[in-house]
Amino acid sequence: MSIDTETAARVAKLARIKVEEDALPALAQEFNTILGFIEQLNEVDVENVEPMVSVEPMRLKRRVDGVTDGDQQDKVLSNAPDAREGFFAVPKVVE
Amino acid sequence: MSDLTKMKVAEARDALRTGEVTSVELTQACLDAIDAADALGAFVHKTPDKALDMAHAADVRIKDGAAPAMCGIPMGIKDLFCTKGVASQAGSGILNGFIPEYESTVTTQLFDAGAVMLGKLNMDEFAMGSSNETSVYGNAVNPWRAGNDDAALTPGGSSGGSASAVAADLCLAATGTDTGGSIRQPAAFAGITGIKPTYGRCSRWGIVAFASSLDQAGPMTKDVRDAAIVLQAMCGHDPKDSTSADLAVPDFEAALTGDIRGKTIGIPREYRMEGMPDEIEALWAQGREMLQDAGAKIVDISLPHTKYALPAYYVIAPAEASSNLARYDGVRYGHRAKLSQGDGITEMYENTRAEGFGAEVQRRVMIGTYVLSAGFYDAYYNRARKVRTLIKQDFEQVFAEGVDAILTPATPSAAFPLGMEMDDPVQMYLNDVFTVTVSLAGLPGISVPAGLDKQGLPLGLQLIGRPWEEGDLLNTAYALERAAGFVAKPTKWW
Repeated sequence: MSIDTETAARVAKLARIKVEEDALPALAQEFNTILGFIEQLNEVDVENVEPMVSVEPMRLKRRVDGVTDGDQQDKVLSNAPDAREGFFAVPKVVE
Repeated sequence: MSDLTKMKVAEARDALRTGEVTSVELTQACLDAIDAADALGAFVHKTPDKALDMAHAADVRIKDGAAPAMCGIPMGIKDLFCTKGVASQAGSGILNGFIPEYESTVTTQLFDAGAVMLGKLNMDEFAMGSSNETSVYGNAVNPWRAGNDDAALTPGGSSGGSASAVAADLCLAATGTDTGGSIRQPAAFAGITGIKPTYGRCSRWGIVAFASSLDQAGPMTKDVRDAAIVLQAMCGHDPKDSTSADLAVPDFEAALTGDIRGKTIGIPREYRMEGMPDEIEALWAQGREMLQDAGAKIVDISLPHTKYALPAYYVIAPAEASSNLARYDGVRYGHRAKLSQGDGITEMYENTRAEGFGAEVQRRVMIGTYVLSAGFYDAYYNRARKVRTLIKQDFEQVFAEGVDAILTPATPSAAFPLGMEMDDPVQMYLNDVFTVTVSLAGLPGISVPAGLDKQGLPLGLQLIGRPWEEGDLLNTAYALERAAGFVAKPTKWW
């Protein structure tokens, strides 16, 4: 499978990473190198093999569905690039 | 005074109790060594005031008696661990200025036990790299040099700063994390010991996530006994990480008897790689002999899916990374790009991530996005997860046949010069060829320094253990360490 610049642009968009137009051919080339390496997996017979979900066969712990934390608005916002009036601030998203 | 930093954890623990030395003295000696070692690029955020406060408190506690083993031991902490009130950037520009309001579970346990934090250690960005060259802080440098050549060598990665700091005696021990080999490969490159425990042994809470089904914390230390002591303090169930195992943590140090008579050690034929240097082949054969001489039974084994581990890893790890790193959006923490007139939220996300992430992280996030995208999910991601099942079954098979531990080389080469492999991502990925299988199978693995190559650079051997049998694995490693008698230290040039 070969990745063209159009696919590279689509992947960049999906990943929400800005890639300049002139950098796309090199990016597509890198993807092709890495995917070429990954293609080796096609040699393996995976018929009737279950995909791994959990590496150690453990049942995930459950916890009581209760409030254990809260009232930390200042701490939650302390690292925000832009916080106003107790909220995270972002550019306008609704016209 | 400078010899104090050369102490091992076990020695310091004992000396602190006899009153031969105080934690403040030890800590100050490390802080002085750190200040004189900026050329190594190991410590990227120094916390001398915090360290001395912690050391004072530890001295009081030791004097009162009944202090835990780690009390008063000065350590370096990998930048991947969130440390309350201290910059924690995961080696990334996108977390520039991030000061956590909370403490990771592993560092909480260490500090509750009285360990002293000297500062944060350099690493590859988001732990993605094998040479510490993807760090926003710049390179960490290996204290070892090849013969009389003064070319700077990589300390390995991603825990490169941890490896460099421990090898150069800037701290007594360090924390590392390992997703595909990030503790074991740098430990081998720097001539120190590093163990990745079984997946689920250490809580991942508060450790910046890379690939959640693979990430594990572990110690990087000057010998196997220290690895046992520090690992002990790092392990244990944590309700805040639902994948952390609710199992009792045995006394790892007590397991170190050095007696491995009757143990069965497997030698996997698939680890004999084409083009592997003769010296590594020879070291591996020596390791086999050492364990045999110590009374172990050596058997040749086969792990048939070994060659598919790296390609499977380079689907699974980027897939998980693309999901985990979606949180870096410029809204809640870290870097946000400056917006131009008319820019909306999509431009804010795209520019923030383009500016904040380095090239390797961008590459992996995008590969992960691709293998998870509609139409490719089955062909790549599900296939890789099936191959992962087969890789784990390979190990289960040999363990069921009675193998107690598996001996392999730790790395396919000694430390290489900085800059040498940065142009070719796939070549860089090959560094993890011997360690990544263990990560995919969730098993404990330890790298033990076992010899020097002809340029005088350290080489490591890896031992792989059964799940949850870190004590037994450490004991086998201890026997190997005693037989190898590795005592070489880098000549100080920094």
